Amino acid sequence: MNFKSISGLYDSRSWTYLGIAVAFLCLIFPAMNLLTPVDSLFHISDYTVALSGKILCYAIVALAIDLVWGYTGILSLGHGLFFAIGGYAFGMYLMRQIGLDGSYHSNLPDFMVFLDWKAYPWYWKFTDHLWYALFLVVAVPGVLAFIFGFFAFRSRIKGVYFSIITQAMTYAFMLLFFRNETGFGGNNGFTDFKRLMGYSITTPHMRLFLFVLTCVTLISLLIVSRAIVNSKFGRVLTAIRDAESRVMFSGYNPLHYKLAIWTFSAMVCGIAGALYVPQVGIINPSEMSPSNSIEIAIWAAVGGRGTLIGPLLGAGIVNGLKSYFTEAFPEYWLYFLGLLFILSTLYLPKGVVGLINQLKEKKLIKMDPANKLEEVK
Amino acid sequence: MIKTQLAMMKILYPVAVFLLLVHATQSWALTPEQKLNLATGDNDSRITALGKVSESGDVSAIAYLQSLDDDAIKFKGNQLFLVGDSVTDAITGKSVTLPDDAEDVVNNNQMRSELDATIAALKLFSKDPKVRLESAKALIGTDPSEGRLTLIKRVEKTETDEAVKATLAQVSASIEINSPNKDTRMAAVAKLKEGANPNNKEILASRLEGDGEKDPEVRLAIQAALNSIESQMAVYDKIGQAFTGLSLGSILLLAALGLAVTYGLMGVINMAHGEMMMIGAYATYLAQTFFQRFLPGYFDWYLLLAVPFAFVVTAAIGIVIERLVLRHLYGRPLETLLATWGVSLILMQLVRTVFGAQNVEVENPVWMSGGVQLAANLILPNNRICIIAFAIAVLIMMWLLITKTRLGLFIRAVTQNRGMASCTGVNTSKVDAMAFGLGSGIAGLAGVALSQIGNVGPALGQSYIVDSFMVVVLGGVGQLAGAVYAALGLGIVSKFLEGIAGAVLAKIFVLVIIIVFIQKRPQGLFAFKGRSLD
Repeated sequence: MNFKSISGLYDSRSWTYLGIAVAFLCLIFPAMNLLTPVDSLFHISDYTVALSGKILCYAIVALAIDLVWGYTGILSLGHGLFFAIGGYAFGMYLMRQIGLDGSYHSNLPDFMVFLDWKAYPWYWKFTDHLWYALFLVVAVPGVLAFIFGFFAFRSRIKGVYFSIITQAMTYAFMLLFFRNETGFGGNNGFTDFKRLMGYSITTPHMRLFLFVLTCVTLISLLIVSRAIVNSKFGRVLTAIRDAESRVMFSGYNPLHYKLAIWTFSAMVCGIAGALYVPQVGIINPSEMSPSNSIEIAIWAAVGGRGTLIGPLLGAGIVNGLKSYFTEAFPEYWLYFLGLLFILSTLYLPKGVVGLINQLKEKKLIKMDPANKLEEVK
Repeated sequence: MIKTQLAMMKILYPVAVFLLLVHATQSWALTPEQKLNLATGDNDSRITALGKVSESGDVSAIAYLQSLDDDAIKFKGNQLFLVGDSVTDAITGKSVTLPDDAEDVVNNNQMRSELDATIAALKLFSKDPKVRLESAKALIGTDPSEGRLTLIKRVEKTETDEAVKATLAQVSASIEINSPNKDTRMAAVAKLKEGANPNNKEILASRLEGDGEKDPEVRLAIQAALNSIESQMAVYDKIGQAFTGLSLGSILLLAALGLAVTYGLMGVINMAHGEMMMIGAYATYLAQTFFQRFLPGYFDWYLLLAVPFAFVVTAAIGIVIERLVLRHLYGRPLETLLATWGVSLILMQLVRTVFGAQNVEVENPVWMSGGVQLAANLILPNNRICIIAFAIAVLIMMWLLITKTRLGLFIRAVTQNRGMASCTGVNTSKVDAMAFGLGSGIAGLAGVALSQIGNVGPALGQSYIVDSFMVVVLGGVGQLAGAVYAALGLGIVSKFLEGIAGAVLAKIFVLVIIIVFIQKRPQGLFAFKGRSLD
């Protein structure tokens, strides 16, 4: 991989916009939450902070799906699984942080006491160390994706076949995690977290810290992804998307490229899940349901696939609308979501970003003096 | 006609007379003394009195025993009162007023089971073979009593109905196994061995426990009998599992057939397929409600309306979806997948708005309830049998449609080579719409079948969608045979795994097996042999 220099990734105007966005999210947004009085026009409530933090986590997932779908042409309907596994891995650490404060005042989490378990199962070992938990957050989704991807890509499963199989994968894991015997809290999953690194998890400061952390992670991952897709490696990915056979005939092995980006994407999802859990305060198997994963794909589709920034916008738009709709007209949300699926695939093949670009082009054509000359004639 | 009616009358007449005897007349045949002995005194003397009644085979005693069993008898001194809607003297049958200090006849558990057994034994004299079979079954495993044994033996000799006779043999064997005579016991063990059911197993096993059976020879015989019963039951269990597997497979087949057509033809995955099944089930519900309201007399035949109705409704919806959505997405299978998912969300919510989020109730017609009992632990439910037959019928219709009709020819042509078919004058866009309608209609038929065995709710389709995709993936594209083998294979394998590992783990195993299988044969069981790439 030969990366261009970082400053070459975006033009100077885009860098400025990005800088403004970061400054707003990391400085002004927290300040508006902490420093303004509650009744002020500029005040941002704790609820909004939590909601925005959640949406930023979703944006990271949308970024991950854009790498595999938008750039490599692999539609995954199982990315919710990697997200949830990252969440569970970090959730294990959070559960250990509860300590003796659970309702049974036991060393073990409540659900294990309930099952009459005497000790932690082997896979919970060392999860009381933050660094190990963080390692699991990327390692488990990465390894799982690597194994799954290796077998799938090796036998050249692609297109809808691949999508369906990823869906089956997340479905199988959902069933597995619903069982109490799996050792991840069954139906209820993990909840009632108390502390993170020894600090209480419910304070506004902690919430803002997590928010800013998510924001920084998102922007860093965006830049890394931009570097990837602009590199030679990224070009091959795009080539695979457009004509896999021709790439093969030119002497490349698509397996390696697909596997690499697929695994990276899963790891990014794991990170998003780990950031999501402390902010939302719960993780349970329903995060792995096939419908969740399909929704992730629609974020990318609405925003605009293959643009990196588009899926971030898409995640924001869809989830913003979702939290508005489910509060204002709960019955109509599914109608709206369904229509969004249909209309965005029918009329917005390039998403919101594509729409904006289209409008820009029209404007340029109008401003072009040559066209004006035509009109006069 | 008249002849059969006469024959019916011949059979029914004695039954009616018997029923009249039992229900309408007071039991004059029991002496007042006997009645008193049955109702009062300590347990042992009452049981002795019951034994005498058994031995006499006095059918007319049933009514009195039944009222004892129902706690309808009270007594005061030597007077007995039958307390029903009005109070009568249980001995004379005259109506009287109940004295305030009349006492209840108290039946403890032992007394009650003795009463039940005696009533059952006396009912063996019924002219109706069904009643006789019922009571013979009720007698299995009851405590031995000499009085009842003599009665049962007597009835057994004259019994003509094979089923009743076999059951009676079992009953007497279950009593005789406790006999002090070794030969009688050996004979009883041999008899019990013949009927492979959990009851006999329990009787034999309990004889082995503690100090029940001391003779080593008999113990050995019992052990052998137990082993033989167990292995027979295991065989029936396996058959039962295979049958439920077959029935699951036929449901999967119905669910996957339509999907296989649309996927094979257009290369698109219809995520709203499950919702088509759900709508088919709701169409069945509507047909049922229609019959309940307007044609209650013909309720048992509502499925005759439901089947075409469900097909037409879902096929129409399918064609509309194809025209409005899929048409514009050809060549973009991944987008089609997302768009049809959107369709499925809308359909689900629509059903929720119209019918409510709760499940609706769809009743089985009478001819579909119940089942065929092949062995004590093997009952084949009628509704499952019907669904297997229905799946076969749909499969045959579909096969005929695909291979024998002009539309089928076009569908095959477009599946194999869209461009060439179009060149030879096939209107491919029309074929697409028809095929999509056909696939959706078959999903609707699957919904009719599902409504007969499970809950009908807005989320009905969701639970089958992953499974039916697996059938398509496993079976390969554009091949009916692939779908058939894959559906039946999946159904049977997952039912057997369920028996071993439980439902959830079985499902996970099946998914893992499929993913591994795809490694070996990425194009499914039956792949199209073609030269095209991508």
